[in-house]
Amino acid sequence: MIRFFKNCIMLVFMMLSTLATFAQEKEVEMADTMRSNGRIYVVVAVMLTILFGLILYIVRLDKKISKLEKEN
Amino acid sequence: MTEAKNYMYKPWWKITGVLLLIYTFTAGLLLKVPALPALQETIRNLYFHVCMWFAMMILFTISVVNAIKYLRTLNIKYDIYARQFSIMGIVFGILGYITGAIWASYTWADPNKPAYSSFSSIARDPKLIGAAIALLVYFAYLILRDSIQDMDKRARVSAVYNIFAYTMLFPAIWILPRILPSLHPGNEGNPALDVKNDISGNMRMVFYPAVIGWTLLGVWITTLKIRIALLKEKKMMS
Repeated sequence: MIRFFKNCIMLVFMMLSTLATFAQEKEVEMADTMRSNGRIYVVVAVMLTILFGLILYIVRLDKKISKLEKEN
Repeated sequence: MTEAKNYMYKPWWKITGVLLLIYTFTAGLLLKVPALPALQETIRNLYFHVCMWFAMMILFTISVVNAIKYLRTLNIKYDIYARQFSIMGIVFGILGYITGAIWASYTWADPNKPAYSSFSSIARDPKLIGAAIALLVYFAYLILRDSIQDMDKRARVSAVYNIFAYTMLFPAIWILPRILPSLHPGNEGNPALDVKNDISGNMRMVFYPAVIGWTLLGVWITTLKIRIALLKEKKMMS
């Protein structure tokens, strides 16, 4: 379990290190994020929703198979 | 459940894959990309279409490693691994092919004519034919497998064929496209594209995580299928 948390912390750290690199080119933020930039954020929202839906499905499948493995 | 405690049951790489995919989907669409004629915003397809082929190559490599492991140990477990990884590789290959077809029909086609009338010249592209050959060789792998009834014979024959199919990948998608002229990027040097010189640093920052993310997603789905196959096998034996 400790190893798992260690891995998680490392992962977050890795993600943050990439974030820092692309924060450099951020412009001044406007209040209407979802409307700016030709409404590309709406596309991002839609694509992320689909991705989350599929991932959720795989996670549930994973859990179901784990249950089956325990029964056997 | 002692020997089952291997990488398949560890959650950390699954979480990594999901986080990298979320990063791909957001940064891939929002980050600045170089403005190029004809490509325009479709350059962002790099994070999706190209990653499919990278993931396919990695999955096929895992598959052939397991096939060799089977031949060394004759443990049926490795045969199941090899089969499932090659199926997932084929899925990624088909997805790469379809996405490539959509992308090409908007960037390679003659803008003055309807998209379908440029089809014959696009379909003759050596890289597309090479990729098609590579995928067909793997389709044959599945057909060969399922046509043999005896379990041990099937495992052995298909492991040997798997090695052959993997070596066929190299002329079909690595060597042949290098020799012939093509519309596809990266004619001199790397057959698909030169990662160091063709992609700007900004894009590489998304591209590499995207490759890892997609590959991990593929591996995750494959391990689910492997676990079902192992359960089935266990039931059959008992």
